[in-house]
Amino acid sequence: MYTSQMKELIKKVEETRPMRLGVDFPRITTEEGQDLLKKFHPDFIEEGFRELQVGVNKGDRVPRELADLLEARSMIEHIELDLSEIVCDVDVLIIGGGGAGAAAALMAQEQGADVALVTKLRFGDANTMMAQGGIQAADKTNDSPAIHYLDVMGGGHFANIPELVYALVNDAPKIIKWLEDIGIMFDKEEDGTMITFHGGGTSRRRMHSARDYTGVEIMRTLRDETINKGIKILEYCPAVELLLDEEGKAAGAILYNLETEEYLVARAKTVILSTGGSGRLHFQGFPTTNHYGATADGLVMGYRAGARMAFMDAIQYHPTGVAYPSEILGMLVTEKFRGLGAKLVNINGKQFVYHLETRDLQSAAIIRECSERKLGIATPTGTVGIWLDSPLIDLIHGEGTIEKRFPAIIRQFKRFGLDIRREPILIYPTLHYQNGGLLLDDNGRTNIENLYVAGENSGGVHGRNRLMGNSLLDILVFGCRTGSHAAQKCQEVKLKKLTLNHVHNYHCQLENNGIDTGGRISPLLLPNYTHREVPEMQTFCGSSKDFGQNGMYLA
Amino acid sequence: MPQESLIDIYIMGKKYAVPESLTIMRAMEFAGYQLKRGCGCRTGICGACATVYRIAGDHEFKVGLACQIRVESGMHLAQIPFYPPLKGIYNIDNLPPSASSIKAYYPEIYRCIGCNSCTKVCPQNINVKQYIAYARKGDIAGCAFESFDCIMCGLCAYRCPAQIAQYNVGILARRLFGKYLLPRDLQLQQRVDEIQGGKYETELQRLMKLDIQELNNHYYSRDIEA
Ligand SMILES: Cc1cc2nc3c(=O)[nH]c(=O)nc-3n(C[C@H](O)[C@H](O)[C@H](O)COP(=O)(O)OP(=O)(O)OC[C@H]3O[C@@H](n4cnc5c(N)ncnc54)[C@H](O)[C@@H]3O)c2cc1C
Ligand code: SF4
Ligand code: SF4
Ligand code: FES
Repeated sequence: MYTSQMKELIKKVEETRPMRLGVDFPRITTEEGQDLLKKFHPDFIEEGFRELQVGVNKGDRVPRELADLLEARSMIEHIELDLSEIVCDVDVLIIGGGGAGAAAALMAQEQGADVALVTKLRFGDANTMMAQGGIQAADKTNDSPAIHYLDVMGGGHFANIPELVYALVNDAPKIIKWLEDIGIMFDKEEDGTMITFHGGGTSRRRMHSARDYTGVEIMRTLRDETINKGIKILEYCPAVELLLDEEGKAAGAILYNLETEEYLVARAKTVILSTGGSGRLHFQGFPTTNHYGATADGLVMGYRAGARMAFMDAIQYHPTGVAYPSEILGMLVTEKFRGLGAKLVNINGKQFVYHLETRDLQSAAIIRECSERKLGIATPTGTVGIWLDSPLIDLIHGEGTIEKRFPAIIRQFKRFGLDIRREPILIYPTLHYQNGGLLLDDNGRTNIENLYVAGENSGGVHGRNRLMGNSLLDILVFGCRTGSHAAQKCQEVKLKKLTLNHVHNYHCQLENNGIDTGGRISPLLLPNYTHREVPEMQTFCGSSKDFGQNGMYLA
Repeated sequence: MPQESLIDIYIMGKKYAVPESLTIMRAMEFAGYQLKRGCGCRTGICGACATVYRIAGDHEFKVGLACQIRVESGMHLAQIPFYPPLKGIYNIDNLPPSASSIKAYYPEIYRCIGCNSCTKVCPQNINVKQYIAYARKGDIAGCAFESFDCIMCGLCAYRCPAQIAQYNVGILARRLFGKYLLPRDLQLQQRVDEIQGGKYETELQRLMKLDIQELNNHYYSRDIEA
């Protein structure tokens, strides 16, 4: 329930609503955009970052919280391990059971490989399950892969690696077709025509969805198919370190049984990292949309083994995370709301940014509105936010549209007494996506032989900023490509002795560079929320340090 | 932050004082649990956190999602352990969208006694009994739509006296519906063929070679569909 004060403020939003109908706010120019980002986007807050002092990316700037995990000691440093006692021996080892991992597993098996998929939580407890909005593909007559290409590059500030974007947009229709084939219930017209929407930064309506359950629908179906295909699945068994062979090629991983706390040796001819994102590191104290297991484990393991990262200083803050009620703080309100015309307005009921700008620009604009301009709406728990005028959608598209398009999110708010069909939603940027990760080529290869990467823990496809609907696409395009390639590669791989020398070497590097790891060990595996105290408020918010924003993590 | 009042709850029999505004999940963490099982999305969409609870003095067992229910004073709770139902192993590519396909893998749906326990516990407010009834009748579309919001939390199966794993029936019906009964998008197929035929190759190659300034110009002058 909104407080009476908030209800009073909502009246202003209602008053100005008719004026927003059919009127577009001017778009931000390139120069204005650069200036806005520099002043208000968290990526430009210097204290949020530091330079790495060891490893292949030495000298590169990454979020502090990540640097702390990269410059930490291995969890297995003091564990006695017999590497010849192999409990899992396969052709392709896939680490991480989200969408990328499942797609890779299916394709690798189709190529005839013996595949094991190991994952930290339940198979499918993953960011993929949480995607509400949709998946892009240029399949309409007024669209083309070339137009999609331009949108992806522009969205990524032209830093994307062209070959990867080429693969992404070119494979997209094929991937949607594949999803149709395995039985995904896409939103369609009666004759089968896909119903598609805009997302931030799209120039054509190419967002395909399954109501606001797109990720759920894709993940549960991929999981069902993976089980049907008899692929070995090991749950609650995260990988904690990669294994290399004597020549420095990837050759397996050390797994950790979360329940029995045993370490297990898995050997493989090729290894695919698909461990997803890092939202649970709560960069700069931001709440996050990510699932519980999003702790950057893949980056940590890959980096220790010598794999190169790219764009790890580009973090995506989703402009519309829940700012109220606190039980669901940080939870995502999908961009599809804005795709359907919902606009962002301040405490005076005034719009202040074009509603379909890219995410980084919108986030920065919201932070500016709340900090420098002090036009945010305060909540009883001390957080501040901006109204997302959701009822506008029914006004534009007809009564019942919200109900039809957003059943899941309506339910999530209803549990706390809010009716988003009638009342606007209070939002603030939330930590959403890591734009970068381990650098890959168009077959998913890293710079370490026989080590592949796919999905959110990879970097290069999206440059510095990913557009909505391109990540589900990315994980399936590159999940499939990587799975196929890793399976084919197996045929030429000769098994050699397994080693953990790279871990030892990494520790030496830490020491030689005089790094005080302060007792830190990694990978993190699970975030630590066992605080007795309700976490402290955190201060951030653009460059205006005098303005407090509650960065309470838990949601 | 104002000091919040604490209430007593019982996690697997042990008493803990926790702030009353917390969800069950956050209360367990506050009490010192580092969750391993039973925690995924933390926003009510993944179905990992099924929990059974009872309020002191009341005999009734209630169930729900730990990440979505607020604690209450005197709550006794336990997370529901891993639920191991038998899942049919099928090849979706040669399974007709009919009652017989579902019957072949889940014959137990014919033992449903209509008790409605499943519907009563579903945190997604799905009419579970109804979708099982649709499955029995071979109404694949009915079963698919009715079960669409299922997050596979397992609570219905946990309560079912006929030992049905309803959510597995639901996903089979949805996949059959999506694959065989939902009409295909013909334009999509055409686009796949066009790409295979190389229709967009020249344009893409040209774009890939542009320098940033040229790309930038193209990008900012591109037309945007209304
Ligand atoms: C709330 C939300 C909404 C989103 N909406 C959209 C959208 O509408 N459209 C879109 O395109 N994208 C969206 N995204 C982004 C997209 O969903 C993700 O980027 C994508 O699904 C990531 O897929 P993945 O397979 O790489 O990782 P995940 O799906 O996160 O899977 C990674 C898996 O690896 C496991 N794992 C982690 N560490 C280890 C380890 N050490 N060992 C073994 N396993 C491990 C995890 O438990 C998890 O199961 C959204 C993301 C979120 C969080
Ligand atoms: S149908 Fe069953 S498994 Fe699905 S959400 Fe409802 S109770 Fe959970
Ligand atoms: S709980 Fe089982 S027996 Fe009862 S209505 Fe549901 S499916 Fe039928
Ligand atoms: S943790 Fe996903 S539903 Fe509760």
